Amino acid sequence: MTIKPIFTLKEAFKNLWRNRLMSIASVSSVTATLMILGIIFALIININAMAQSAKDQFDSIQAYLKEDITAVEIDAIITKLSAVNGVQSVAYESKADALVKMKESWKDNAYLLEGLEANPLPSSIIVYLKDIYYASSVLIEINGLSGIEEVKSYQDIVEQLLSITEAIRKAGIIVIFVLIAISTFIIHNTIKLTVNSRQREINIMKYVGATNWFIRWPFLAEGTLLGLFGAGIAALLIRFAYDAVFEIMHTDFYVLVSAYVVLPEVLMADIAFLFVVIGAGIGALGSIWSMRKYLNV
Amino acid sequence: MIEFQNVVKKYDNGVTALNGVSVKIEKGEFVFIVGPSGAGKSTFIKALLKEVKVTSGHIHMDDMEITKMHRRKVPFLRRKVGVVFQDFRLLPNKTVYENIAFAMEILGTPHRNIRKQVPMILALVGLTGKGNYYPNQLSGGEQQRVSIARSMINNPPILIADEPTGNLDPDTSWEIMKVLRTINRRGTTIIMATHDREIVDIMKKRVIALENGLIARDDKIGVYGYDD
Repeated sequence: MTIKPIFTLKEAFKNLWRNRLMSIASVSSVTATLMILGIIFALIININAMAQSAKDQFDSIQAYLKEDITAVEIDAIITKLSAVNGVQSVAYESKADALVKMKESWKDNAYLLEGLEANPLPSSIIVYLKDIYYASSVLIEINGLSGIEEVKSYQDIVEQLLSITEAIRKAGIIVIFVLIAISTFIIHNTIKLTVNSRQREINIMKYVGATNWFIRWPFLAEGTLLGLFGAGIAALLIRFAYDAVFEIMHTDFYVLVSAYVVLPEVLMADIAFLFVVIGAGIGALGSIWSMRKYLNV
Repeated sequence: MIEFQNVVKKYDNGVTALNGVSVKIEKGEFVFIVGPSGAGKSTFIKALLKEVKVTSGHIHMDDMEITKMHRRKVPFLRRKVGVVFQDFRLLPNKTVYENIAFAMEILGTPHRNIRKQVPMILALVGLTGKGNYYPNQLSGGEQQRVSIARSMINNPPILIADEPTGNLDPDTSWEIMKVLRTINRRGTTIIMATHDREIVDIMKKRVIALENGLIARDDKIGVYGYDD
């Protein structure tokens, strides 16, 4: 049998309208579950972004050099470290550079440094990593070098950060899958009510000689449309809610944190795609699932 | 041509509804199936439509062997056999026109043809002008005519009627019988299960009586023969 998309869609819309109470119930349940899913998704995305920017700040290792080190030795260390796997670049920070930096970061209190007779700050080499994952291996290399007084790395913080983001990501994925399962079940149940109330109709169709797919298509279209409607409404609600939160974050004293908040446009692109796929998916799955037993007449 | 060869149907609950039924129905015949409740009339009809799977025996319809037919082919069998039920089985949220058109849409009939043929079949069953009514706006007799129109719209060679007059008063029943007779005269084989003594006795058609899953009687021009 050939599928006639216009006929099928027309039937689906007609039936959605004729069973409008049921349709509203289904759409609201999809909207509700997708909303929760969207909120969790937004949280995960933002935590990931924050972790990413934090990682970017900690992707360097500072090795303080001994007082008596010579320029030749420094050059040797720099060439050696540049060749190490995972190293992006190596920079030398002299005692004077270090003082300038400190003055900059102290800002208004920098006058306190004026009274210093000699520069007490050590010179150092800053190793920028390609990625934070190389931190431990590079650290071993640095510790093997001579002429180094002390190494300052953020490895502990970074490792904690990595494990936390990893845990959040895993938990998020699990929660999302559970939510998808739950919403498929809800759609399955709501469409089963629709199918139930139209059991007679399906039965009659079978008697008149309709094939299973002929009967299934309109229901499939219905379920998919319900899912898409729910997805659309949920996406709009998430959009408004996220915009509002984003606004608050930027006007109030959260400004410090807000730099890490993902832009609404970026988030919505992901959410829209996710919602359309999941909405249509659970709608279709739920409808096929719910009418399985009614087709065996 | 329909042929039952030693058909047995035992249900899972142990009831034997058909216990070796062999019968032949020729093209263009008008056959009444009579018998007390539980004699196997319904199972006989369900077996013909492959609504139940028979335990043993063969059922042939023209060149098809229904008993061996794959489940996927069943819709195509049902398109060759129009069915009319006691309770009409019309789609309540479709109009008369839509109910009949639906049977054609299933076959992928172009809308042009549907628009032409539905009024013709409505005229045949005497419902001209009622196309836009919903089933609940019609009388029982009118609903049964819609259901006959739906079953005949694709010109099936066989029409099965399961107590088509069971819910109707005697006058209306006769109107339905007239419609069925007209259809039969156009060459359609009609198999009608019924409890209606008056109709069977007056129509003077072939009567097959089922009792305890067996054929008790098969008369060319028969009578009802039971005292209800």
